Amino acid sequence: MTTPVQAVFQARGLVKRYGSVTALDGTDFDLLPGEILAVIGDNGAGKSSLIKALSGAVVPDEGEMLLDGKPLHLKSPIDARRYGIETVYQDLAVAPAMTIAENLFLGRELLRKGMLSRFLRLIDKKSMLAEAEAHMRDLKIGIRSMKQAVGTLSGGQRQGVAVARSTAFAKHVVILDEPTAALGVKEGNMVLELIRNVRDRGLPVILISHNMPHVFEIADRIHVQRLGKRVAVLNPKHISMSDTVAVMTGAKSAEDFPEEAHA
Amino acid sequence: MSSTVPTFMPPLSKLGPVIALLAACAFFASQSDRFLSSQNFSLILQQVMVVGIIAIGQTLIILTAGIDLSCGMAMALGSVIMTKFAVDLGMNPYLAIGCGMAVTVLIGFINGALVTSIKLPAFIVTLGTMNIAFAVTQLYSQAQTVTGLPEAMGFFGNTFQLGQATFTYGTVLMLGMYVLTWLYLRETAPGRHLYAVGNNPEAARLTGIATNKVLLGVYMIAGLCYGIAALMSVARMGVGDPQGGQTDNLDSITAVVLGGTSLFGGRGSIMGTLVGVLIVGVFRNGLTLMGVSSVYQILVTGILVILAVATDQLTHKKG
Repeated sequence: MTTPVQAVFQARGLVKRYGSVTALDGTDFDLLPGEILAVIGDNGAGKSSLIKALSGAVVPDEGEMLLDGKPLHLKSPIDARRYGIETVYQDLAVAPAMTIAENLFLGRELLRKGMLSRFLRLIDKKSMLAEAEAHMRDLKIGIRSMKQAVGTLSGGQRQGVAVARSTAFAKHVVILDEPTAALGVKEGNMVLELIRNVRDRGLPVILISHNMPHVFEIADRIHVQRLGKRVAVLNPKHISMSDTVAVMTGAKSAEDFPEEAHA
Repeated sequence: MSSTVPTFMPPLSKLGPVIALLAACAFFASQSDRFLSSQNFSLILQQVMVVGIIAIGQTLIILTAGIDLSCGMAMALGSVIMTKFAVDLGMNPYLAIGCGMAVTVLIGFINGALVTSIKLPAFIVTLGTMNIAFAVTQLYSQAQTVTGLPEAMGFFGNTFQLGQATFTYGTVLMLGMYVLTWLYLRETAPGRHLYAVGNNPEAARLTGIATNKVLLGVYMIAGLCYGIAALMSVARMGVGDPQGGQTDNLDSITAVVLGGTSLFGGRGSIMGTLVGVLIVGVFRNGLTLMGVSSVYQILVTGILVILAVATDQLTHKKG
């Protein structure tokens, strides 16, 4: 990352206060094209406030955000989606009684052609099934029938559906909030593989995770959040897991490490 | 990600309500010679016309994980208003019918507004509006049945012959409404959003569905159903009855749950409700033919609803 690259998604000096508590104390943020950026931080570091600001769930009190270099003002998660920023939430936001295809297109159903069909908002089940199948195949998620209810899937497969939904519509950025937290080892690895597939298709990914082995396995860069600020951006290839945790908890300062550890 | 997990709803459970209906029919046929006649079947259809239309509204509300206890009382108020406006005020009967329906839609709007804006539980809200609607009905009608109705109000009670059987136009309207609702729920985006709101409201909201609008709309459409049911009741009885609708809330909920719709929301079908309505109707009719007193019929309905809810609880337990 020596040549200057235009960041896809940036934030400068974000501040968010809740009463007397300052969750974000002028934090910066940079996401580069085609990368997996992990965001880590101890509890209370402002990690989730940062993600909420980036996904439109909260409006920061101060500071600015830029998407492709242009100023961006998000008022709601729906607003963020309109700009091609999709978020997959931790608690698996799927409708378990509905089918995979329906979940993928929930709120954005494909409609049948023709004026009357549009007016009555008749859904095009065939196209939705076909597109869902193609998209899941692209991401190498091996689920045979898109007509299966999501409630019948395993935790990892459900997470796969949630990720597939966000990537199907994201034009700019995918934000994944603790995507492997609720999963077993094998399922966690499946989701990591899926995240790599998403990146390899050219979409930059913001990954929030507590799981250091997972972060070190797939992140290209690591954004370390501490006391409401970004204290470092580290390169996982040139710093150890324990040193990263030390920076995160404040036991060591990022300046203690050589140039190549920074990214 | 290729492991297959068995589906927890076997296809048999979808046929459950139909099997129950056939079993009930077989039982009553063995108990009474008159049960299996075409006249008796057309009678059952006429008897379930009102609760059948109420149950459409009830189904939509239960699919969103709500419940409506006010439906029967809203229907009674609507029927008293349309008949009294026409008879006492001499209003054009069609306008009077419109006024009655406007009042039931208004009750739906109040229910929906309280559920969405103050986040009150639907059970409590509709328990309140049920009592309010009952009191207003009694006060306005002075508990007097409204008679001497204009002919136009009786149209849906009129009958026509089809082979051996006699049908009312109201029955045809009811079946037509079921088909329309079926298409709406299965084939349109708003219909699918209704399921999503009932299944996981948070997920629905995060995908950009205006969940409050969906809910408010559902309660108002249900109110319209109660208004149409009010007109059916007026047409069938030939009077505006302030004592009507008193068992319709439990009957409609029983029908919905017997038809396989989950009280937890998000799962179920409108055609299941039609079967559920017929089960309730067949029980009522069959027990009457057997000479069982109406108190026992209420007892049986109570047992039916608990059985149905218990089945729902055991098969759809969350998690």
